[in-house]
Amino acid sequence: MHVEEKLTAETFPASPEKATLEGKNKFLGFWLFLGGETVLFASLFATYLALRDKTAGGPPAHELFRMPLVFVATMLLLTSSLTSVYAIYHMKNFDFKKMQLWFGITVLLGAGFLGLEIFEFNEYVHEGHVFTKSAFASSFYTLVGTHGGHVAFGLLWILTLMIRNAKRGLNLYNAPKFYVASLYWHFIDVVWVFIFTVVYLMGMVG
Amino acid sequence: MANQTNTGNPHVDLAYRRKKNAEEMKHQVISFVLMIALTLIAFFAVGYNEFSHWFSVPFILLLAIVQVAFQLYYFMHMSHKGHELPSLFIYGGVLVAFVTVWAFMTVVWW
Repeated sequence: MHVEEKLTAETFPASPEKATLEGKNKFLGFWLFLGGETVLFASLFATYLALRDKTAGGPPAHELFRMPLVFVATMLLLTSSLTSVYAIYHMKNFDFKKMQLWFGITVLLGAGFLGLEIFEFNEYVHEGHVFTKSAFASSFYTLVGTHGGHVAFGLLWILTLMIRNAKRGLNLYNAPKFYVASLYWHFIDVVWVFIFTVVYLMGMVG
Repeated sequence: MANQTNTGNPHVDLAYRRKKNAEEMKHQVISFVLMIALTLIAFFAVGYNEFSHWFSVPFILLLAIVQVAFQLYYFMHMSHKGHELPSLFIYGGVLVAFVTVWAFMTVVWW
């Protein structure tokens, strides 16, 4: 199929993200990138696990962490993962408006998550848990902050796609772009599952 | 090759695909409910102080792995065909990840 082909719901392919060669390449290249991201986060998790007891007189994890805040943030991010599934569902049904709506909800939930994280970090800093306080603090902020940076980038990415394609509508040129952005968003949630388990929950039980 | 369901009648094909997509969406919602449940169990297991950490740490790690599998195979469609190379890339990453964490925890920790 051709990239610039004008399509209707009837002629729209079942897997629009892989209907063109460019789409196929994007799909494969993006999964390779996610493999690399796995390694990046692994090195940050490994560093955190090795250094998390080195608090240098600062507050230890179980006194510091605000679990209700972390719980709400987790729920927001998990739900945003489902809303981006809804967006791709509508993309496959060639319903551009509903896709935009669900991506919009995803962005709002993601922004809520990011806002909570900024609030949380601000609270910790006021308790003396600053980046240079200890090896625990540095490795904590590097790991959780890199994830937060990914959330911020993902929000800007999805928002850019939504605005750039608002008048263009859905075609085989931008369908792979939306699909790959949703993969990125799910991957952010995958990393967060390990952060709330390894950093926060394991920090509470020691 | 326009799509995988060529009956020759585009309206029949469309109705079929819509139904298939709706069915898949139902599975996605079920996996979401399970993921929320796994998260709740993990938070409760830690909040409930009666468990020793020798139980709760492996337990919540297991819940995290199950939840991530749902995320990868359903939300990210890795259960669909045509995901052989993506699986290779991700499991390659996971292998390096495992070795890295293992090395840091044995070499640096003690």
